[in-house]
Amino acid sequence: MDWLFFGEISLAGLAMGGLYALIGLGFVIIYKATRVINFAIGEIMMFAAYLFLTFAGGMEMSPWIALPLAVLGGSILGGVIEKTMIRPMLGESSISVVMVTIGIASILVGLVELLWGADPQLLPGFLPRKPVFIGEMYLAPKIAYGFLIGAALLIVYLLYFRFSRGGVALRATASDQAAAYSMGINVRRVFNLSWVFGSLAASLAGVLVAATGGLSPQFGAIGLSVLVVVIVGGLDSIVGALVAGIFIGWLETVAGAYLGGEYRMPATFAVLAVILIFRPYGLFGTHEIERV
Amino acid sequence: MRIGDAKQNYEADEAILSSSTQKIWFALFLLALLIFPFMADSYLMYLGCLVGIAVISTTGLNILTGFTGLISLGQAGFMGVGGYTVAWLSMNTGLPFPVTLLLAGLLAAAVGILVGLPSLRVKGLYLAIATLAASVFLHFIFAEWESVTGGMGGLSLEPAHLFGLTFQTDFAMYFIIVPLAVLMVLAAKNVFRTRIGRAFIAIRDRDISAEILGINLLHYKLMSFALSSFYAGVAGGLFAYFFRVVTPESFPLSMSIFYLAAVIVGGMGNLLGGILGAAFMTLIPEVLQLLTAALTPFYPNAPIFMSPMLEIIFGALIVGFLIFEPHGLAEIWHRIRRFFSLWPFRN
Repeated sequence: MDWLFFGEISLAGLAMGGLYALIGLGFVIIYKATRVINFAIGEIMMFAAYLFLTFAGGMEMSPWIALPLAVLGGSILGGVIEKTMIRPMLGESSISVVMVTIGIASILVGLVELLWGADPQLLPGFLPRKPVFIGEMYLAPKIAYGFLIGAALLIVYLLYFRFSRGGVALRATASDQAAAYSMGINVRRVFNLSWVFGSLAASLAGVLVAATGGLSPQFGAIGLSVLVVVIVGGLDSIVGALVAGIFIGWLETVAGAYLGGEYRMPATFAVLAVILIFRPYGLFGTHEIERV
Repeated sequence: MRIGDAKQNYEADEAILSSSTQKIWFALFLLALLIFPFMADSYLMYLGCLVGIAVISTTGLNILTGFTGLISLGQAGFMGVGGYTVAWLSMNTGLPFPVTLLLAGLLAAAVGILVGLPSLRVKGLYLAIATLAASVFLHFIFAEWESVTGGMGGLSLEPAHLFGLTFQTDFAMYFIIVPLAVLMVLAAKNVFRTRIGRAFIAIRDRDISAEILGINLLHYKLMSFALSSFYAGVAGGLFAYFFRVVTPESFPLSMSIFYLAAVIVGGMGNLLGGILGAAFMTLIPEVLQLLTAALTPFYPNAPIFMSPMLEIIFGALIVGFLIFEPHGLAEIWHRIRRFFSLWPFRN
């Protein structure tokens, strides 16, 4: 076995996993606050990446202005989706709400095709091109710097939720909605903000992933991998999203490199199936007790 | 409820067609289905067959999702099992179509039971994701098990045959697909007049309460999975006979979502809704195509916008129905019917 090759593949996988962790975090924020499983998260990422394409490519802005603008656009999209399409579904069965997000995903795919065309596109390169070596191991610079930017946002988020007023409000709503209401927390605003913050994380990850792998209207399929991440980690666990994100990213890349690209999805879904059978609430999720 | 329509005994109360008016309309409907192929051109024929297949599959998914409350994203995978079974059997054994279709349904049902096993431990969205995992595995098997499934190239098959008759044209296929669709919808209707069907509904409404009432959850959930995937398997088999080729891409994940959408748009937990939803969702792309053709002389770019518009309309229908008309087309149908049966009164 070639350990250097294995190390390089693993490193690339772990870096990809870092981005998965970031998307997973966006997913978990939305789920924790509103109990909505967001099947449209891949499409929100895609939308933000296309916005970046327009700002940086078409309008020739500096990438470092285009990136925040695209991420902002993605977050606003998340907020608008929550206000117009998720809010009316409050109190409906979870199946219906999930189907609404699937519908939203379809609408977004159509919109992107309508606005930007169906052909695959390349994002203008904005990350440093100098190869990165960790010890002997080579790591593609796009992946390395993408990981660093993603990790930075991840840390900001973790601090924000731990210490800020908004973060505390979000955690309070997640743990007991009625109590949060009676303590004067504006739960509606928390719902809206959770979609904005969740979409923000996803949007940033979307631009970074698209910068390494290219962009097409099928980009949203990455949402399926993220689904695996959050189920394995536990839908309502931030730690779970981080650990599972890094693990699934690594597994997917290693399976792709050693067994061939067609094994990427089955490998991660095999882990998913095992988790669903033995620990349905995920590695770190809360085990809910159901009463009649 | 109609005025002056008091039932005298349980039998009358349970009847599928409760009044003579309904019986007449149903007979007329069957007659129309019978006459349709002799009046329609080949394009309408083709659409009729597509709708028939969609009705069978949607009814199957309705049993599972609408009546038992178990959401499934694996319907296309189960249809694939049926399609590949039929294709393989027709290539290697030459059995007549009733046998191959039955075997396709049974094999799909067996796979359905296997996929349904986690439903004892997980439910709701977790179950949806378990079925999603199943459909990923099935797609993988279709694409990689080359000795049986022909890999990415897929399999092409002989036309359906029985007693020396071959069913090659759409016209001939219509006489397999539509009677089968009518039969299977009636069978489903009858299931919900028995203990089994009522157990499904009880599980949907509150599974823990159902268990306390003495319904064996695992048993009935698996039965629902088996029944639903049997329908999917038969629909997949018909799909294979109709297009005479199956590839892994014939049964994509978007197809599972299509059938879920058909169930929702039609009306969850309503067999009539399933039929309406299947027909509606199958016909939308065709209507859009006609519209595009009509617009092309004025806007030469119209065809480019068709496929994205289809995605948008598809999504908007799902969202719109869920927000504004959660009971679906079936509810609209009932409202229209009530209007006419109460006329000239409002309500």
